[in-house]
Amino acid sequence: MIETLIIGFVLLVIGLFAMLTQKNIIKIILGFSIADTGVHIIIISLGYLKGRTAPIIDSAVSIANSVREVIDPIPSALVLTAIVIGLATTALMLVFAAEIYKKKGSFSIDDYKELKW
Amino acid sequence: MINKVLILLSVIGLVVIFLPFIVNFEAREELSPLARSYVEGSVQDLNSPNVVTSVVVTYRGLDTIGEVTVLFLATLGVGFLLQNKKQKSAKRSVSENIKTTSSFLVSLIMVLGVYIFTHGHLSPGGGFQGGVVIASGFLLLILSDLDFKISHIILSLVESISGIAYVVIGLVGLILTIGFLNPSLLPLGKYGELFSAGAIPLIYSFIGLKVGSELTNIINTMGSER
Repeated sequence: MIETLIIGFVLLVIGLFAMLTQKNIIKIILGFSIADTGVHIIIISLGYLKGRTAPIIDSAVSIANSVREVIDPIPSALVLTAIVIGLATTALMLVFAAEIYKKKGSFSIDDYKELKW
Repeated sequence: MINKVLILLSVIGLVVIFLPFIVNFEAREELSPLARSYVEGSVQDLNSPNVVTSVVVTYRGLDTIGEVTVLFLATLGVGFLLQNKKQKSAKRSVSENIKTTSSFLVSLIMVLGVYIFTHGHLSPGGGFQGGVVIASGFLLLILSDLDFKISHIILSLVESISGIAYVVIGLVGLILTIGFLNPSLLPLGKYGELFSAGAIPLIYSFIGLKVGSELTNIINTMGSER
């Protein structure tokens, strides 16, 4: 579906732009979350087929004709796990941010020159 | 200044690279051959109405093991970085309304979570979603009761036992020479019933317990860091 594809792409670009331009670590993590959501929407919209229903073959879908009535199940399966993984990695990033804050009391990446070259 | 221009240029470059992909996007009319075989195989071979569950648990089962491992590593990192340092802070007591309501709601949330992961092969849902619902129940408990403590030993026991059981089910398939994580080692049952689709409900229940205990662990560690 082209509309959701555009929305997902716009979210991805906004997220990447935020990650590259922001100095605050928390805002960088927010940018990552936005880009993550954008990627999920892009993958989901690639699997959508117009006028079809969810890939659950119960009484709403005839078993014999199921191939012509359901959407692509593979992108849904990929995004399903990716959402939970995204949650866990975001938590890990926030914990890193909290640990970094304990060292110098600042969230700005300008204050951390150790990895700069 | 030069930094900002470079960043803007690289983002614009990315947009230009991927724009043809969106402009020339043509919605497909038919399922790809792979998806078609998954949809047909889910009904005929596995007896599982929910095709997404069949893909996650069976056809892409090895990927799911990898994803559960990533989740485990993220939890490990959170627990490693935020080791419990006892900090006494002034606590305000929670109001009676919140305590009563949450203790009533938590049982319902837990039942809903268990329902979602045991019915993963029949209805929308599954281990990952059910696990997140269970973790949200524990989040409510932690938020509403400041003295609430979850035993780390029980959490890690549930997590490791369900993780081991998940892999053992896969290995039993190898021993019976029907393939790694093939759910037909248990009887397939009648189409559309709870105890059907072979080992899929069992595997998804273990995934649900594992995801639930891991996310509860993350919430618990972050919550104790006040």
